[in-house]
Amino acid sequence: MSYLEYNVKFVPSGIRKVLYLNWGLILLLSAIVAFGLLMQYSVAGGSTQPWMEPQFKRFLMGLFAMFVVAMVPIWFWRNVSAVAYVGTFLLLIYVELFGSVRMGAQRWIDLGFMRLQPSELMKIALVMLLAAYYDWLPLKKVSRPLWVLIPAVLILLPTALVLTQPDLGTALLLMMGGGAMMFLAGVHWAYFGTVIVSGVGLVATVLKSRGTPWQLIEDYQFRRIDTFLDPSNDPLGAGYHITQAKIALGSGGLTGRGFMQGTQTRLNFLPEKHTDFIFVTLAEEFGLIGAVMLLTLYALVVGFCIVSALRNRDRFSSLLTLGIAVTFFLYFAVNTFMVMGLAPVVGVPLPLVSYGGSVMLVLLAAFGLVQSAHVHRAR
Amino acid sequence: MKRPARDSAESSRSITRRALFVGGLQLGIMSVIGLRMRSIQIEQAEQYRLLAEENRINIRLLPPARGQIFDRNGRALAVNEQNYRVVIVREDAGDVQEVLSRLQQLIPVTDEEVARTIEEMNRRSPFVPVTVAERIEWEDIARVTLNAPALPGVIAEVGLSRSYPLGADTAHVVGYVGPVSDYDLSRIEDQDPLLQIPRFQIGKTGVENKLERMLRGSAGTRRIEVNSAGRIMREVDRQEGAPGADVQLTIDSRLQSYAEARLEGESAGAVVIDLETGDLRAIASAPTFDPNKFVRGISVPDWTALNENIYRPLAAKAFQGSYPPGSTFKMITALAAIEDGLVTPDETVYCRGYVEVSGTRFHCWKPGGHGNVNLHESLKQSCDCYYYEICQRVGIDKISAMARRMGLGQAFDLPLSAVSEGLAPDKDWKLAVRGAEWRIGDTVNASIGQGFVLASPLQLAVMAARLATGRRIEPRLVHTIDGIQQPYDSDESLDLNENTLRRLRQAMDAVSNHNRGTAYGSRITEDAMRMAGKTGTSQVRRITAEERERGITRNEDLPWERRDHALFVAFAPADAPKYAISIVVEHGGGGSAAAAPIARDIMLQALYDGPPPLTAYPSADRPRIEEQQKRIEERVAPGARIRDRA
Repeated sequence: MSYLEYNVKFVPSGIRKVLYLNWGLILLLSAIVAFGLLMQYSVAGGSTQPWMEPQFKRFLMGLFAMFVVAMVPIWFWRNVSAVAYVGTFLLLIYVELFGSVRMGAQRWIDLGFMRLQPSELMKIALVMLLAAYYDWLPLKKVSRPLWVLIPAVLILLPTALVLTQPDLGTALLLMMGGGAMMFLAGVHWAYFGTVIVSGVGLVATVLKSRGTPWQLIEDYQFRRIDTFLDPSNDPLGAGYHITQAKIALGSGGLTGRGFMQGTQTRLNFLPEKHTDFIFVTLAEEFGLIGAVMLLTLYALVVGFCIVSALRNRDRFSSLLTLGIAVTFFLYFAVNTFMVMGLAPVVGVPLPLVSYGGSVMLVLLAAFGLVQSAHVHRAR
Repeated sequence: MKRPARDSAESSRSITRRALFVGGLQLGIMSVIGLRMRSIQIEQAEQYRLLAEENRINIRLLPPARGQIFDRNGRALAVNEQNYRVVIVREDAGDVQEVLSRLQQLIPVTDEEVARTIEEMNRRSPFVPVTVAERIEWEDIARVTLNAPALPGVIAEVGLSRSYPLGADTAHVVGYVGPVSDYDLSRIEDQDPLLQIPRFQIGKTGVENKLERMLRGSAGTRRIEVNSAGRIMREVDRQEGAPGADVQLTIDSRLQSYAEARLEGESAGAVVIDLETGDLRAIASAPTFDPNKFVRGISVPDWTALNENIYRPLAAKAFQGSYPPGSTFKMITALAAIEDGLVTPDETVYCRGYVEVSGTRFHCWKPGGHGNVNLHESLKQSCDCYYYEICQRVGIDKISAMARRMGLGQAFDLPLSAVSEGLAPDKDWKLAVRGAEWRIGDTVNASIGQGFVLASPLQLAVMAARLATGRRIEPRLVHTIDGIQQPYDSDESLDLNENTLRRLRQAMDAVSNHNRGTAYGSRITEDAMRMAGKTGTSQVRRITAEERERGITRNEDLPWERRDHALFVAFAPADAPKYAISIVVEHGGGGSAAAAPIARDIMLQALYDGPPPLTAYPSADRPRIEEQQKRIEERVAPGARIRDRA
């Protein structure tokens, strides 16, 4: 594989590339981050410490990484996809063996200046590898069972590893992100239909097995499902967070309780208010209007990516851009579903808004890939 | 290895189709999120806003100051005393162990108390103040305050606690308070949130209990904002409660203390009642107990001692006790018969020492008999046969009706615990309760206040008061509430023949002041203060014919609990009565010997509003009385009392 496949004639070179960046996308991302910084300030009770300032520094670092990644031609990234995947996979194994245990899960590698979560990196590396795989695979082989099995294994390997950490949220994102990649690459509908039908069948069977002699999971696991379905069953136990989050959301109303006026947040009734539940803080203080504004920003980011992908004739670039957009969307969707009580609490941050270094850096770097594809597209 | 153009176009089309599908799916999910947000934030906003408020706001009660209780002259009977205590806040203390050991060097705190404090602190949130020591001397508090810099987290606080300055003297009347118990909560119907405060003090007995609602006042509230851990962030607003009402009793604390002192050593009850208003001036029961011990939490040995004492210190004999009234009942029998016109005061009955009624012999206390006696003589010498005779003419139902008219057989509406109803028996009562026909012998027994008849000292005092005035005197205990005078209801006439009453009073005068009267030895020699009374000696055992043959065993030779009760009722001054008194000395022996002298002393104290001059006593008694007065004065003196409490 070489760059000769690309029509370099029309590709900008040197510093002029900056002019060809997708500046609209950068603005949208910055607006989302600004929302996040505002909330970090509010949650800290009107202080830039301890969350807003570090978060802002990481944003600048991420922005820098995005530019660097964007300047590098997209065919380079395609060529290093496999290396990135293998490298990240090794890192995952490393944290499995030596990682710091925090909040009951092994997720971190301490790099001194920041803590790296290889599982975040893996989400992007997986998308890269699958995009390269389907770029390489002749189109007519895409739906052949053997060629479907290979990406399935590539998805399931890191998923299994992440599950043992245990990090249910990331495992879910890897599965869904990988699945989306296969779907986008044109794998036949029947495969997805089969997986969905058998998944639903399995869930139904498990639920039906309750109380019968062939019960498939333990009683406490059933109780957890009960709590998820109706958090008011257990308002002080596992359902507490969800109940309090709903109270915060609901009390926000249409216009919100005002900046830094959210009682649920300020009085600590909300758990993880600066990380996973930050959307709730936003909705409490800025109401439905604020929440819909953020929602719109996310939708625009995804929309910009889809437009950029569809205008790109290179298969790798298109798939990569779409894959990153889907991954970004999945973060957002799973997080909001979770805080609104539509999905179990699995620990997925709100992308670019929740406090946290790894996700911010990884996502901005990933959007660097989108930018690189955008800049280096065939014209 | 360039991709063929056809392949590339095919790829683009495929990706576009799938991308648009995925894009649509994402839009769908976005809509779900948006709709869900709308449902929570618009449709259910009201409900969640309310829940958020409930989360945020806690209501704390501000306990009101309990109303205080005073005697009729404004002397304190129950007050709220400032009580210093030391509390510690874990999060401010840092090294709790170290701070507490430093505190131990300053004030007396035992190792157990330290251990208990640490245990309680570990159970509670770090910001909750935990009491280390209570009821601390002012000097100790000063030392703690002075060393505050070395004692982080230690705070000296002032609280209020109930105290009874007269201690045991008013224990039965005023009662005492104690922390509200589960039993109290199950029994009390009112839903005052104050009762939910841990260790909130409520009245347990006596006036403290009966006037609880008045004394308690109403709670103030403090709405505070708390965070999820319960820490107070700020006060939102505050509403002051109303302190409890101050209550003034009709009790004269000096007379009360004197009466208690005079009864000391006996198992007895005495009541002094004001004849104008029905005011209860003194309600004394002996032995008594220190209510302050109950407020502080009584120790097990103290409690056991009180409970196992055969003289029952916890019982208020003055109004809870029920005794056969004995000869003090004779006025009732006589009044019933004369009012009914069946007997005239001058009619005589021949007493030969006993009366034979349907085969049973009823004996007069005087074996040889009194000869011919009329009303006057029968009362003066307490002849029994006279009453055996006239009671049969009038019948038990009329006697009982008269007894009730005079205040027996009923519980008065007083804020006191377990006021005894006594018993004025009649035919219906016996049939209903005992399931037996009334016999004539029952009437004969009842005529001299034996048999089924029961009365408390309080009822006997009311009886004496009604005899002395001819009015329906209602006993009254509450003088003022929050400074507002309470009404009294003692003006209504009993509609008794004034002439009959006069004859009865003259006879009672003779009981005390005629040299053959049964209480002559306990007379008041000051003519203007003359007392008119009636002795009573009620049997608690049956005297068999055999014992009568042998000679009746003297009281002194019997075990205490089988001796006769000694009773005395009186009013004074005989010519213009101001006070009535009654006294029962449990198993005290004869009324004239055991009860009348005590009644006289208390009555004199009331009449003179302090220690009476010795001239009021018969000259032979004066040296003994002088000594007794000194002894009691010493006990009642405020100096002695304070030493005693410390």
